[in-house]
Amino acid sequence: MLTRRNLLRTAAAGGFFAASGALLPAWARSANAGNKGIFEVSGNAFDLTIGHSNVEIGGRSGHAITINGTLPGPLIRFREGEKVTLNVHNTLDEDTSIHWHGLLVPFHMDGVPGVSFPGIKPKSTFTYEFAVPQSGTYWYHSHSGLQEQLGHYGPLIIDPAGADPVEADREYVLVLSDWTFEHPHKVFARLKKDAAVYNFQQRTAGDFLRDARENGIGPTFTDRASWGAMRMSPTDISDVTASVYTYLINGHATDDNWTAIFNSGERVRLRIINASAMTIFNFRIPGLPMTVVAADGLPVQPVETDEFQIGVAETYDVIVSPTRARPFALVAESIDRSGQVVATLAPEAGLVATAPLLREPPVLTHRDMGMDMSSMDHGSMAGMDHGSMDHGAMAMTDTVPQSHDHRMGVGVDNVAMVQVSRIDEPGLGLESVPHRALRYSQLRSLTPNPDTRAPGREIEIHLTGNMERYMWSFDGVKLSEVTGPIIFHESERLRVTLVNDTMMTHPIHLHGMFFDLVVADTDHKPRKHTVTVKPAERLSFDVTADHVGDWAFHCHLLFHMHAGMMQVVSVLPRVAGATTHTPHKGHEPAVPPSEEDIPTTETPTPDRQHEGHH
Amino acid sequence: MKRAHFIASFFMLSPLVFSSAVAQETPVPGSQAEAYWDKDDFKASQDALKREHGGAATLFVLADRFEYQASDDAPALLLEGQGRWGTDENRLLIKSELEYDLDAGAFEEAEVQALWSRPIARYFDVQAGVRHDFEPGPSRTYAVAGIQGLAPYWFEVDGAVFLSEEGDLSARFEAEYEVSLTQRLILQPRSELNFAAEDVPEFETGAGLSTAEIGLRLRYEIDRQFAPYVGVNWKASTGKTADYIRARGEHTETLSFVTGIRLWF
Repeated sequence: MLTRRNLLRTAAAGGFFAASGALLPAWARSANAGNKGIFEVSGNAFDLTIGHSNVEIGGRSGHAITINGTLPGPLIRFREGEKVTLNVHNTLDEDTSIHWHGLLVPFHMDGVPGVSFPGIKPKSTFTYEFAVPQSGTYWYHSHSGLQEQLGHYGPLIIDPAGADPVEADREYVLVLSDWTFEHPHKVFARLKKDAAVYNFQQRTAGDFLRDARENGIGPTFTDRASWGAMRMSPTDISDVTASVYTYLINGHATDDNWTAIFNSGERVRLRIINASAMTIFNFRIPGLPMTVVAADGLPVQPVETDEFQIGVAETYDVIVSPTRARPFALVAESIDRSGQVVATLAPEAGLVATAPLLREPPVLTHRDMGMDMSSMDHGSMAGMDHGSMDHGAMAMTDTVPQSHDHRMGVGVDNVAMVQVSRIDEPGLGLESVPHRALRYSQLRSLTPNPDTRAPGREIEIHLTGNMERYMWSFDGVKLSEVTGPIIFHESERLRVTLVNDTMMTHPIHLHGMFFDLVVADTDHKPRKHTVTVKPAERLSFDVTADHVGDWAFHCHLLFHMHAGMMQVVSVLPRVAGATTHTPHKGHEPAVPPSEEDIPTTETPTPDRQHEGHH
Repeated sequence: MKRAHFIASFFMLSPLVFSSAVAQETPVPGSQAEAYWDKDDFKASQDALKREHGGAATLFVLADRFEYQASDDAPALLLEGQGRWGTDENRLLIKSELEYDLDAGAFEEAEVQALWSRPIARYFDVQAGVRHDFEPGPSRTYAVAGIQGLAPYWFEVDGAVFLSEEGDLSARFEAEYEVSLTQRLILQPRSELNFAAEDVPEFETGAGLSTAEIGLRLRYEIDRQFAPYVGVNWKASTGKTADYIRARGEHTETLSFVTGIRLWF
């Protein structure tokens, strides 16, 4: 049996061929390459080499940036509370970094160049050291340039110090990702020049005729006109689509038929990680119900469902118990339904599950635009809204009414006039599937929330963008224009309300702390590091600022972040003397923290962990 | 250097900071990591972070019409396009229109504009700069001010006024619309109107509407960036401009059949 040490040595030897799985890390191999389920491997020292590799994706050779020569990278697995050392060797000619997504590390170990450290220079080694008070399914990825799109990501599991609340006979990691043979900088540039460049599901003259036949020419024309007046596209669901992406499960395209095996009656734990750059997935196993047991690494009260939408950077652990010895399809379908990737869960290797047909792409409605003025609430899939559209409230000019004091610059093409709570809706496009689809409102933390104080203050942050210009921002301000961070004070409890003014679904990630998603008035709110916000949605989370430091806060759609949809949250330590700062634009001035007696975390002492350059 | 402003204001508000090496006690929001790393290295990474998240410059080159025109008159080649380089906020824009008479073996029209472009509204950019016409002679230079963008209902519009070195004022308005017949088959109606404030006999231009052009092109996007097309183009001179042309014994109207390629990179 391969030990981790051997495995890393082997994997570091060079490129690999996904088809054979010969050089894939054991966890990512298919059943016919010997993967019968992953095992607990305890380790607390890891060597990770970042370099260029040739990879074979769907039978075609491409260039990747990999960790230890494989895509995805090695599974990093250790035990809760143990101190781990991770030596990262950068063999590239450019800076790199590793961010430990969802891990509560000291902030200077968080791995975001320009926020927590300077980055890892070419041909140098950087050592990360930390111990984290958590367990569960996480992942790690580059926070430098667009390396994440090139394959710089991998799974990370922390085994609990005590008993695992989740019982399973066998477990697998499923890393979902998107791969393109186009250089990511070119992909981004193409989006900047023509934001619809990858959308081959636009409404055509033929659709007009079909809708006119079904709904009458008048209403159809009115519908098209209202979208046209706004210069918005109801088919703009994903910026980058299957026209250029190959979707992967554990580095395998559909044709590679990645297979996981099971014995009938076993409880199989699937640790599902969305490590994509730009793709929100719908995940389902037709014919097999799933019980969600963890979200973003932390245990939740078990919820049985048939499908869930998983935003970029979210993770879900599910238990499946197949009782029939037949192959099942593991299906990850992109949110815009332009493509999917299918793997197999089967009683033995060599079987191929039948892939379902792609479903009808979702079409946005006026509700998604934040303009559903009708009293009736019908998310009709045809995008037809026969409610009384009150265009008077929204002058069809370039002056948009303000609902929030954020900047209404050229980078903001829309404001959600009618903000809706969508916490009780499944992901976009799953409203009318003929089976159960998971909603955030169903999630409850397994254990009581650690901090049940009422929030002392609330800040509202709008997700903003201009699709035509491909500009994305928070509160109308790109990171390149931001003048200061968002201020949290150590140990304060605050409520953050996100309002999505755009027509896209954004997975929003806050580094360095878990937040309690406000799904109901309960002390078992689900605790997450990433929340997927639907178009025109208004949602809130409560967070305790107990980790001093500067933390990245951004949309996890890589190209949205690259376009400016990122800011820094500064958790300032409680020091003698009042902390003075410039109020952050678009945010309420901070209130000095209350003098309640709250245990504070230890501030790590600065000590340079820079290793010498090689 | 907005960050520098921010830090400066923070320093002004927080006299404590002036005692050096107390970064630990009074951390600078957004720069707390300075306490752990080499200051210069970290500062460089902060600058790069801002640059790379919303500050990138893009190069865009579009040949909207690159076509062979067949008509009763001499066959011609036409290239009309623009290139731009810059960030969301500031762009250098080069627009050009070249018309080559294949029979005469000479350029009938050769115009280049160099403009600075800035966004002024969600879907509109304001442009200012210079235009130089090499052909038809005598060559002439103009000051340009214009607006280009996306009007309601998806009309792509471009309007500009030109003031020549001789003090002659003229204007041009172009509009394009795109109808998706399928995901790759696009029908593009296009119109262009030229106006002049006064008669300019040496260019055979009369005051008022001088020329009007209407085109219809059907392209097939093999790739979004590469699309061959066929179409028709109708161009007419009006009013006094038409009188000048009639006096020369030429047609005041031209109907052309065009075949070409639209491409961008």
